Order: sequence, then structure tokens, then C-alpha cells
Amino acid sequence: MSAPRTTVRYLSAGRVIEVADFPPMTTLLDHIRLERRRTGTKEGCGEGDCGACTVAVGRPVDGRMVYQPVNACIALLGQIDGCELVTVEDLAAREGRLHPIQAAMVEKHGSQCGFCTPGIVMSLFVLYHGDGPVDRKAVTDQLAGNLCRCTGYRPIVDAALEACAGRGAGPIDAIAAAEAETLALIAAIDDARDLTVGTDQSFFAAPASIESLAALVAAHPDATLVAGATDVGLWITKQLRHLPKIIALGRVAGLDAIADHPDRLEIGATATFAAAEAAIGGIDPDLAEIWRRIGSKQVRASGTVGGNIANGSPIGDSPPALIALGAELELQCGTELRRLPLEAYFLEYGRQDRRPGEFVRRVIVPKLVPGQVFRAYKISKRFDQDISAVMGAFRLTLDAGRIVAARIAFGGMAGTPKRAAATEAALVGVDPADPATWMPALAAIRSDYAPLSDMRASAAYRSDVAAGLLEKALIESAGTATDLTRITGQREARLDRVA
Amino acid sequence: MSPDPAGLADAAALAVVGRPLVHDSAVKHVQGAAAYIDDIAEPARTLQVVPGHAPSAARGRILSLDLGRVRAASGVVAVLTAADVPGINDCSPSVGGDPVFAEGRILFHGQVVFAVAAETRDQARRAARLAVIEVEVETPAVTVDDALDRNTEVLPPYEFRKGEVASALEASPARTGGTFRIGGQEHFYLEGQAALAVPGEDGDMLVHTSTQHPTEVQHITAKVLGLPDAAVVAECRRMGGGFGGKESQATQWAVIAALVARATGRPAKVRLDRDDDMIMTGKRHDFRVDWEAGHDADGRLTAVDVAFYGRCGYSADLSLGVNDRTMFHADNAYNYPAARIHSRRLLTDTVSNTAFRGFGGPQGTVFAERVMDEIAVRLGLDPLIVRKRNFYAPAGDTTPYGMPVEDNIIHDLVAELERTSDYWARREAVKAFNASSHILKKGLALTPVKFGISFTLIHLNQAGALVHVYSDGSIMVNHGGTEMGQGLYLKVAQVVAEEFGVGIERVKITATTTAKVPNTSPTAASSGSDLNGMAAKIAAGAIRARMAAVVAAEFDVPAGEIRFRDGRVFGGNASIGFADLAKKAYLARVQLSEAGFYKTPEIHWDRPTATGRPFFYFAYGASCTEVTVDTLTGEMRVDRADLLHDVGQSLNPALDIGQIEGAFVQGMGWLTTEELVFDRAGRLRTHAPSTYKIPTASDVPADFRTALFESGGCRADTIYRSKAVGEPPLMLANSVLSAVFDALAALRPGRVPPLHAPATPEAILTAAKAMRSD
Repeated sequence: MSAPRTTVRYLSAGRVIEVADFPPMTTLLDHIRLERRRTGTKEGCGEGDCGACTVAVGRPVDGRMVYQPVNACIALLGQIDGCELVTVEDLAAREGRLHPIQAAMVEKHGSQCGFCTPGIVMSLFVLYHGDGPVDRKAVTDQLAGNLCRCTGYRPIVDAALEACAGRGAGPIDAIAAAEAETLALIAAIDDARDLTVGTDQSFFAAPASIESLAALVAAHPDATLVAGATDVGLWITKQLRHLPKIIALGRVAGLDAIADHPDRLEIGATATFAAAEAAIGGIDPDLAEIWRRIGSKQVRASGTVGGNIANGSPIGDSPPALIALGAELELQCGTELRRLPLEAYFLEYGRQDRRPGEFVRRVIVPKLVPGQVFRAYKISKRFDQDISAVMGAFRLTLDAGRIVAARIAFGGMAGTPKRAAATEAALVGVDPADPATWMPALAAIRSDYAPLSDMRASAAYRSDVAAGLLEKALIESAGTATDLTRITGQREARLDRVA
Repeated sequence: MSPDPAGLADAAALAVVGRPLVHDSAVKHVQGAAAYIDDIAEPARTLQVVPGHAPSAARGRILSLDLGRVRAASGVVAVLTAADVPGINDCSPSVGGDPVFAEGRILFHGQVVFAVAAETRDQARRAARLAVIEVEVETPAVTVDDALDRNTEVLPPYEFRKGEVASALEASPARTGGTFRIGGQEHFYLEGQAALAVPGEDGDMLVHTSTQHPTEVQHITAKVLGLPDAAVVAECRRMGGGFGGKESQATQWAVIAALVARATGRPAKVRLDRDDDMIMTGKRHDFRVDWEAGHDADGRLTAVDVAFYGRCGYSADLSLGVNDRTMFHADNAYNYPAARIHSRRLLTDTVSNTAFRGFGGPQGTVFAERVMDEIAVRLGLDPLIVRKRNFYAPAGDTTPYGMPVEDNIIHDLVAELERTSDYWARREAVKAFNASSHILKKGLALTPVKFGISFTLIHLNQAGALVHVYSDGSIMVNHGGTEMGQGLYLKVAQVVAEEFGVGIERVKITATTTAKVPNTSPTAASSGSDLNGMAAKIAAGAIRARMAAVVAAEFDVPAGEIRFRDGRVFGGNASIGFADLAKKAYLARVQLSEAGFYKTPEIHWDRPTATGRPFFYFAYGASCTEVTVDTLTGEMRVDRADLLHDVGQSLNPALDIGQIEGAFVQGMGWLTTEELVFDRAGRLRTHAPSTYKIPTASDVPADFRTALFESGGCRADTIYRSKAVGEPPLMLANSVLSAVFDALAALRPGRVPPLHAPATPEAILTAAKAMRSD
């Protein structure tokens, strides 16, 4: 094995930027604003919630440059190794012509104070350069992680719709025009070598293989493992924690693999929410909707399923759904692998079943089988880009109109994502079409949990909502169309009750 | 007043005013080229400053303050406390009581105790957390109820009386009332508080400051530093949002930057972290409202008796004006035949609440709408019917503070919205939906807005502007108003371009600075273009008259017949280019610079007797909102909103629509998802966007229709007969809360939903449960 590379290299405005000797915790935003002195990218919150710092990070995929929106405030500089970084200054063509997104934002009066505008322009730039159809829903999803306090968003949405409708017409923009050159430059800096900047006591490392990763974690069990940094970034910016040894997982080949088998999905630890979106959404439309509401586009582009599990947040939105599906977790230590039911990984608040030197390798998610109905609901103060007050997921197995088995898991109801054992038992034999049979289960769910009050919701509200969601799941399982039961995330109007 | 006011006849002939020009900085905004304080290229050796507070205490005596580890931390250059203030340790905008640095006692959680200046921001942030502050912690009063129990106030109570309320209530055929709680609101300007102080010679100080009130920054910086006002210059090119949060509470950060610059001789910058910003700066006042109203069988009011208990926080700040404005707007658009409007300004051991778009007015109007909604429920009437029956007459009625309502257009405005929003057909559709839907319920509401325009502190209704015409014909304009995204700079530039008959590109917009226009008022109370536009028009008009005189003789026409348009100057059959005339005027030794000054006429207010005419005019609007609520979870979606707003003759309809829509969405956030949560120890728990939820793009109704009301122009003699637009449309969002109330009311006819604001999912579910309980 050759010696690790000791500099970070990325592409910016057609130039390779090489950075050596930076503190491992350096955020991408500080690098952009303080080192590069490019002040178009703003800091609004320092926690990846307002989107003012949004930049686009480009990677080659199948011979094309593909861009993702990234919250630079909580991303680490080292994470963009081998990528193209596009900031708001880069969009206008060299002759000064605005990018179509910029031009539409001006024409539609999409900026007022202008402080959120660079981040919004960058999010919409990513939308513009994607190949999906762009309707109002696509735009509001794209902007879920970009707060604007002045405009009320309407002109911004109009600008996005107009600019994207004009894709393909008019002159090609500067970024697209340079694509071939960009791909060549990226190929030249992508050496698939291990990367370590710093010393044995303080370093930023980005190993390129699972073997290198395992060896590095074994040698430095005190190092912080970083996947998307959507949580660890806040340890740095908010808690001012000292993290002298950082091992970034993003360059580890194969760790992000997603294997779609007929009976199960296997999601590699560093697969981002964005990468897993299509496969997980294929299991059930409610999973697609839950996924859509995890963080924002920026968060899902960086944040990983494995990371969301590994750090054990009591209100992580993916674990309750995955637990209800019967997911298992695979952990690796050195060359040794072990598996456990996902719910068993969460020991108590802030404590998980992960040993020193061990890392999450993949999560195995069983698919639904005929006879199973799945429902998942996220309840939060705001629909988009919010942390749930209560997250409830239900997998009900029915036979001849009655429930024969139930797996239920909730987030926000305990110190960890937790199953509702008493409710699961009480549901056996229940007929979803007969409310008279629900009562024991509706009573049981209040005994399964003793939630806390906090700034998101009171304990009483959480208990009421848990019961309400159970009721809703039963009503829907009995065949009521979801446009009569929910105000967001409606499933297609069809009876998906299973005989 | 004349039905066809002077000045309107020419409206069609206007070339620049009234056009939907894009914001003057828009092209810079979209390229990241518009500089905010933190983007200004730092002078060499600029220090980064971070304020420090006692992390656990909200109230109590400081027993000891150990800053040894702070001073010893890596990169630290200076640490300042109250002992380092050369002048007066107070940054209050009003009656005092706002120490820059705590002295002896902690008055609220987040109060600044010291400031640390270091070579880098990271060093300063880390050092600030090393302080050891020992406090003899006392139990804080956190809520309105705590303060009522303790009976502490920042200012004396105040009251409006109209008629004999007690006897009117007694004689009323029916009475309703109760307690209604209204939450506060965090400004959440995207650019946090920031200032950069650059020391000059002779102790002078230049402060770049993100403030709505440069003059106050100048004067208070001078006071704290012990300098004459003339030694300090405060400058603001633009803010990344203000919303009232940078009216009085931008000052402290500028002062701290200046103190560090003074102490070290080095430039110094303060830029607050989002969490520090939210913890250390005040918010919209939250209220408890205890009320009783009498009405007849048709829902017509006979009397209103209401007490507003406002949470002011630890100091007075702007609470006098804010709470007064709540009282001024407790009637909204409704005639109260008899009224007692009582107000208490409660002292709590929390951050000092401050100006926020509407300045207390929204809380008054949302109360008035609650009265209408409850009467409608009790009588089984449609709420719109009750509202219309209680509107002020088109003329002849008098407010509870004795001002006649003379310019009332709410009848016509609401009638138009009733038609364009298809209110009655949709009312039937909502009823039909609710009859068949068990879990989901729909609600519909159409609510009016009437908002008084003028500072109620009369002396603030003045403005200055400085206009230069250079000898090449380019024009520079400067005035006391500040730019926070609302487009004030552009509106004033449009006025100046119109006066000179030139294109907008000829007018150079410059940063607001106390060195050019002194003793300015804050850009607040929606007054920016009314006041500064008029001052600029006066200045430009004076220069224009002098320029006209230069060519009058040559063109052989009276100076009064010289016309400025299309970049040229015409008289008789002759004309000259504007730039050529500027050059000619210069050579003729004609003054091409003027300081314009304007003060609002007609207004007067005697606060001790609560009489007078505090407002130059009223702005009107109305909105119709439809919502769906989920009665199992409390979730709520706004399905459609129709806004109709009166801006008089618009100076710039694109900017005005931007203000209207943005204000509606901001108001909707206030009344729905934005919840400030303080714990019992007095600490704000929602101090970042992860926990404090302002609306996102998907919260805006998919069906969102905004229109300007064709009013024929402001009846008062305002700048080009336009009306103020900054604050009034925020209250269009009252229809969102009323629509949620309406949806809940469908759960049991005749029962009043116990819904408080903000209508979070939890608040909605709590009310829904109460509606369904026995």
C-alpha cells in the first residue's frame, strides 16, 4: 500500500486547489470565507438549518458532473477532496451574463434583503442541473433547507419554475459549458489513495478502502468517525468540541453500496439518504415520504443512514421506520462482523451497543410481504426540515381481515427509538374495520411509553398523538383513503387493504 | 378631503415612480456580491469579538467573576467588562436600564457580562466559554403570569376609555369573553447582529453597523465611550433583514465593537452566533389578554373591556410604544361603542422584548378578530357577517383614543375580496366537507386590517435627505432611512429620478451614514418611504427649481413652465440635456446640492390625556384563508390565501407585493409554527432554527393570490399618494388563526374553541380535545 496523500485537492472555478496543513475540524464555510476570502457564501445559523451557506459539490457519475447541495457551515473541508466546489461567485458566465437561475431570481423579485439569496441560488442551481422534471413540489422540496424571512418564497418558487422550464433553450451556462474540462480535471485528482492530513495526534484522514478504514479505526479507537458530518459538524460549530482525530468515511470504496435483493435491502453505512431514497421508497410510499421529510435536500445529500443510526439520536427519523420493518444492523471491528436487531443497538439515551474500534457496516432492511400493511407518520411543528415531536411506524400483518402480527416503533416517545410491546400484543386479533376491537390497543399504547416534555412537545401531547397515530393506522388499514385521514403525504387514492 | 386628491391627475404621466423596478441590489444579491458587515474587507489587525454571559443564571447577584482563563486563552488580546466603560454603561433607547455589560446583578439569561477580543473568531468563541461566573441564583419571573403574581412592571399602566363601559356591558343583551394568549416571535433576520468599529484619529470612531437606526448607534456609542456625538460616525449600507430586531437592539453590539476598538486601538468586529443572537436579543412581546365584550342578538358590539398584559422582559426598551400600539389597534377595523382598553407592561427576568414588524399592533388586531370569532360562534352566525356589522362607518365614527376615522375604505375593500375570493361558495364547500369528514376539518376566514401610520412618538415623524447633482449630471442621494430588503433605497431613488425627469440609472444610491444626514429617525413604523421619500423630493425639487431658473431666460419661458423629462429639460420649443444643464448651472455658480427636510403634518398626540390625532392616515387590507386541520394530530395546512391590500398609489408595485406576501408569511409563522419556549429557569430553549420554526417554502399555500386594492390613492398628502406597506400586511395573517379557529368550531357548533396563539399542532390538538370532551 502506497503512503497516504497528505493534501486535500478539489476543483474550484476550473482550478485545482490544494490544501495542506489545515486543522482537522476546519469547516468548508470557514475555508471558503476566511481562507479563500469568498464572501458570497453566508453563515446564517452554523447548524445546517437555514441554508444561507449552501454550496454545490460536484462529482462525476457515469461520465456527467452531478451536483449536490451542501451546507458548508457543517461540512468539513476535507470532505470535498476529489470534488468540484461551486459557490455563488462561480455561476455567472465569464462575460458577466447571469446564470438562468440568477436571472430569473432578479426578474421575479426573488430577493429582498439578499442574505439568504446566495444559498437559494445554489440550491436552485442544483435543481436546474438535475435531470428531473421540475414542478412546484420539486421546487419546495429543493428549498426545504433554505429559509427566507423576507419574500414569503412565492417569487423564488416562480423564478425556479420559469428558469427550469427554459432548460435546454438559450445559451448554455458557464458550469455546463465547462463540463468536459471539469470531468478531466476531476479525473486527474481522483487517485483513490488513502488521505491523511496532519500528525498521529491530530489528523484528518479519509481512507479509500474498507481495509484501510478498519486498520485506522483499530489504531485510533479514540478518533471521531464522520460520514456526512450533518451531526458531527454541530459538535464543532455549536458545542466547540475538540476533535483532534477525524476519520472521514466518504471516500471508503464500497461502504456506500446499496444492494436491492428481492426480499431485502442492504444499505451500506455511508450511503446517503439521497442515495437510498429510491430503493427505500420502493418498499412503501410512506417510507418515501418519511425520507423526503428527513432534514432537507442539503442534509440528505450528506447525511447517511448509517450515521443516523450510529449516533443514536432519540428522535432520529429513520430508525423507527426501519425497526418496524424488522431491520438488522451489521457492525464491523477489524475483520470481524456481527449482526443484531436494530432496536437492540439503542441501549439508552446517548448510549449504543458499539464497542471501541467498531463501526457500522450496513443495515439490512426486510421488504414487506403480501398481507403486510405499512404506515409511518412524522409529526412535527413544521412539515419540512423539522425534527419530529413524534415519529410512529407500523407494520401490521393481516390475515382474513384481522391483525395476526404487529411491529410498531416510535421515536420521540423515549430516550431511544423504541418498540410498543404491549400494543403489538394487544393488536393481535383486532379487526381494523371494527373500532370496537381497538380499545385494548389504544389503551396499551399509553402504557408502552412515558415520554418527556421538551421544546418540541409536551408529554401529554406526545401520548395523545401516539394514540391518534395508532387510530389513524387502523383506519387506513381498513381501507379509508388517505386524503380523508392526512393533510400531508397522501398515498395514492386506492384501497391497499390486504385481504 | 377631496374625492380626487391633487397630484393624482398626473399619476399616469409618471415615468419612474409607480414602475415595478427590480431591487437596486438584486443583481448583486444573486451573485453574492452585496456586502453585509461580515463581508466588508477587514482592515489589517481587525479583532474578533464575542460576548460572554452566565450560562445558567437568569436572575441574581454576581458573587464573583473570574476571567483569568479567558484572558489566558490562545489568541486573546482583550477582555472587557463594565469596569472598562469610559462613559455611561447603558445602551437603552428610552428610559435607561440596559447595561452594556452586567453590573453587580444578572437581569436575564443571556445578559452580556463581558466581551472577549481575539485574533480569530474561533479563539474568541472558545475563550468566552472559559469564564467562571458565580451567581446567587434567584427564582426568575419568566411568564406574564409570573410577573402578575409578583406584580412587577417596567412602566406604569395606561388606559383608553370611551363611554361608560361598565353600564354598557351591564345593559348588553349578551356578553362573551375570557382569556386569550398570544405568543411572541423571534425576528430571525438571516443576517445576525453585526458591527465593525474602526478607530480613527483624535479618538474618533467609525462604526459599520447592521442597524435600522444609525443615529441611535452613533449617539449611544458616543455616550458609552464618553465622546461627543460628532466624534462617531455610524454607517449602514444594508441589513440582511431587520423586522424591528435591529431598531434598538443592534446598538449594543456596535457599542461593544467600539469599546474594543477604543481599548485596543485596533479595528474590532462583533458578529453574533445565531444562538447568542436569539438568546441575547429581544423578541415580539407575548401577551395574556383578559377580555369581555357585550353584543346584541345580531352580533353588533355594545362594549369592549380588555386588559393587555404584555411581557416586556427586564427593561423598558421600546415597550412603551409597543404596548401603546397594541392599545391603538385593539379595535382593528371595528367600532367599539364603549371601550376600556387597559394595558400593563410587565417586568420579567427575561430578555427585553422589543420592536417587531407591527410594533404591538398585530397583538391588538388579533384580539379584535378573536372577539368577532367568538361572537359568531355564540350566535351561530357566519364570522364575516359579524365582522361587517361591526366595521367602522365610512366616516363619522371615533376610535377609543378619540381619533375620527375619516378615510375608511374597508367596506369596499372587503366587498371586493369577498367577491374575488368566492367566499360564500367556498363557505358552502367547507360546510359540506366538514359534514362528511371526521378526522380532517376545514376552516375559512376573511379578516380585515386597519393600521395607523405615523410614529406615535410624534417627534420621530421627521426626516432629512441630501441630494447632490454633479456637474456631469449624475445624482447622488442619501437619506436617514436604512435598507433592510424592503427596497426603500430604490423607492427614494425613484422619487428623485422622477423629480429630475431622468432614468433611475442616473441616481446613485449610497449607504446611510450619520455624517451626511444627522438626527435621523429609525427606519420603522412603516414610515421609511413616507418620510425619506418626501424629504428627498423636497431636496430634489429645490435643486430642480434652481436649475430651471438657469435656462428660463434663455428659453424665454417662466421658470415654472420648465419641464424635466426623459433626461432632458424643456421650455417652449427649446430643450437641453440634463447633464448639459448641470454643467451650465455649475458654471453659473448655482448650488446643485440640497438638504431636504420633512415633518409629517396634522398629527398630534397628548399621551397623558390620551387625546389627539396620532396617525396621519390608516392603511387597509383584508385576507381570506382556508385551512385544513388534522384533529388526531393537530397538524394544519393552509390550502389557499387571497390577499387584497391598499398601498394607495404604489411607488413600486413589485416591491409592495413583495412586502405584502412576505409580511403575510411572516405573520403566518408567528401565529402557527413559531413557538418560543422558555424553561422554568428562564432559559430560552428554542434558540436556533433547529428548534424555532419559521415558515419554509412548502408552508406557503399552493394557491396564493395577492392583489393591490385600487383605492385611488392615499387621501392624505403623502409621497405621490402612496401608503406605507412595511407592517400592515403582517396582520393579513390573522385570517390564518381565525380559519384554524373556524375549523375547530366545526367540531361542535356553539362551543368556543379554546385556541391560543401560536396554533402549533399541540395547541390545535389541545383545543380539538376540549371541543370533543363532555
